[in-house]
Amino acid sequence: MLIIRNLHAEAEGKKILQGIDLEVKPGEVHAIMGPNGSGKSTLAQVVAGHDTYDITTGEVLYEGKDLLELSPEERAWEGIFMAFQYPVEIPGVRNTYFLKSALNAIRKARGESELDAMDFLDLAKDKMRLLNMEESLMERAVNEGFSGGEKKRNEILQMAVLDPKLAILDETDSGLDIDALKIVANGVNALRGPNRAIVVVTHYQRLLNYIVPDFVHVLVGGRIVKSGGRELALELEKQGYAGIEKAAAESRL
Amino acid sequence: MPNGSDPVHDFTTQEYKYGFVTEIDADTIPKGLNEDIIRLISQKKNEPEFMLEWRLKAFRHWRTMTEPRWSNVHYPPIDYQDLHYYSAPKSQTNGPKSLDEVDPELRRTFDKLGIPLEEQKLLAGVAVDAVFDSVSVATTFKEKLSELGIIFCSFSEAVQNHPDLVKKYLGTVVPYTDNFFAALNSAVFSDGSFCYVPKGVRCPMELSTYFRINAAKTGQFERTLLIADEGAYVSYLEGCTAPMRDENQLHAAVVELIALEDAQIKYSTVQNWYPGDKDGKGGIFNFVTKRGACRGARSKISWTQVETGSAITWKYPSCLLLGDDSIGEFYSVALTNNFQQADTGTKMIHVGKNTRSTIVSKGISAGRGQNSYRGLVEIHKEAANARNYTQCDSMLIGEKCGAHTFPFIDVRNTSSQVEHEASTSKIGEDQIFYCQQRGLKAEDAVSMIVNGFCKEVFRELPMEFAVEAQRLLEVSLEGSVG
Repeated sequence: MLIIRNLHAEAEGKKILQGIDLEVKPGEVHAIMGPNGSGKSTLAQVVAGHDTYDITTGEVLYEGKDLLELSPEERAWEGIFMAFQYPVEIPGVRNTYFLKSALNAIRKARGESELDAMDFLDLAKDKMRLLNMEESLMERAVNEGFSGGEKKRNEILQMAVLDPKLAILDETDSGLDIDALKIVANGVNALRGPNRAIVVVTHYQRLLNYIVPDFVHVLVGGRIVKSGGRELALELEKQGYAGIEKAAAESRL
Repeated sequence: MPNGSDPVHDFTTQEYKYGFVTEIDADTIPKGLNEDIIRLISQKKNEPEFMLEWRLKAFRHWRTMTEPRWSNVHYPPIDYQDLHYYSAPKSQTNGPKSLDEVDPELRRTFDKLGIPLEEQKLLAGVAVDAVFDSVSVATTFKEKLSELGIIFCSFSEAVQNHPDLVKKYLGTVVPYTDNFFAALNSAVFSDGSFCYVPKGVRCPMELSTYFRINAAKTGQFERTLLIADEGAYVSYLEGCTAPMRDENQLHAAVVELIALEDAQIKYSTVQNWYPGDKDGKGGIFNFVTKRGACRGARSKISWTQVETGSAITWKYPSCLLLGDDSIGEFYSVALTNNFQQADTGTKMIHVGKNTRSTIVSKGISAGRGQNSYRGLVEIHKEAANARNYTQCDSMLIGEKCGAHTFPFIDVRNTSSQVEHEASTSKIGEDQIFYCQQRGLKAEDAVSMIVNGFCKEVFRELPMEFAVEAQRLLEVSLEGSVG
């Protein structure tokens, strides 16, 4: 589904990604872990199409297409979704209106009929139950005045409604207490399926107790220095990133 | 990264869509301003003696005044002797008896502007008093309104047919001594609208006037006087577009509103005059004095404006809250793009007890636009328990624009309450990217964000006007962020 080869990216002349190779197949859940500043969020944003980054070398293929040629909204139409680390506030725009517009923009781009207000509301309410979200959140402005937990749940709600093929969760666990973390994880797990791939970007192992990944990759200094199964995350928790970094450095010598 | 074109750039370089000039035989008097010109204007309009006297007094006062320079706008000096002060479409000097008599060229202009003068307006329930270059050319619904005793006509007609009302109220809210531009207007105003709603009558339709500046180098000096007698209610819409033009056009209108006991006036404006091209050339200078007096107890005046046009806007629709428990409101969206400058806001003068006022101002700056909010909340000693709430928000689009706020608050008693909230935000790339990631195009994202920002003001507009305002904002801002 997603193939990344030798991806190099920089922002304002600063090299951030320095040769990423990654393949994600439908149905898989990948976790990308790494210390602060290792390039985790950059990787997520590059896949989503943020234009702050210059791609200097490498390619990103999505379902055989050159992803880097597409605008962010075109990527969304193709089924890519990113849950933001810091969901953005849009004052004065109601959450329902925003999400309905987004869903219909995607449906329209795919040549599907647009949903009317009633059908949309049924769909949204259905997904909200999954996330224990209060309906009143839908009537508030997008993320405005939301607590940290509400924002993250709202991201997962959007994901559930937009039904992507490839979902990237960028530090979705940050700022969540344990109860909120469980709710979010349950929401994500409910969306796991044979046709959908999920990439979880996280600093901590904690989230992976609830969203159990098929693969774990450790990103250090803009490179994936180690890949493995779920046990790699547990190993990381014991050793810390320092141990991995040291081993990675030694292996390069 | 290939993200298509730069929508901020496209948005801010959108050219004026309503630019054109209508070829009409106009009756224009020589350039310049002196007592003879004023006599000529008064004579052409066949005015009674009191009007001429008033104009002359205003002119004599104007000559003692100097142009104000305190506002945060910059423009080259205006040569007041190099302007025409009167222009009327020639074929209209006797006034049309019906729409069929209206110059077909003029009718086409209105059609181009999308002003449905006939059936559409009838269906929409809007009466139109269309002002084309200073002279009213068509008035509809007059009979219907007159059955209720409502007078809605051009200012000139009011001077002819209702001189007592004009004499009683003209200049009582904005005296000719008020300011430089108001004095100028009082001396030379050519026409405008007049409305009187009698005691206890609720005007059943939105009253609407469209203004248009046409003949080259003609200053446009509109005068509007609107009176809601005791217990009356009226909602008035004012909207305008202007033809594209190289030379700056001076516009100095005066609007006076009077609300007597328990009366309510809702005055809504959508203004889209030619703002100048993307290099800042041309465009309308709009120096307007708008003021309403809540004279009676429990009266209410509400101003709502959406300002997207003009090269320079200098405008402070204000409320004089004289009656006890009277209410003043000001809801404003002002957008400046390219080289536009706006210095706008309001004055809320609390004199009566328990008077209340609300100010919600939304300034949007894009391109190199400069947007200033200037507001005065003045609570007099006798205005016990007066309350004001002010919210003043600015939004910046791009790197080269500016937003400024100049709030003045003057409270002279201890029982009153004044709240002021202000914010400045920037349409962030992050907001746009967030919307795009969810599948929305950048341009749709910008208009969604801007409309969200303006929502509190738009919901004060009558329904169809709100839709128009939203569209206008989209057009004025197309492609502004990326």
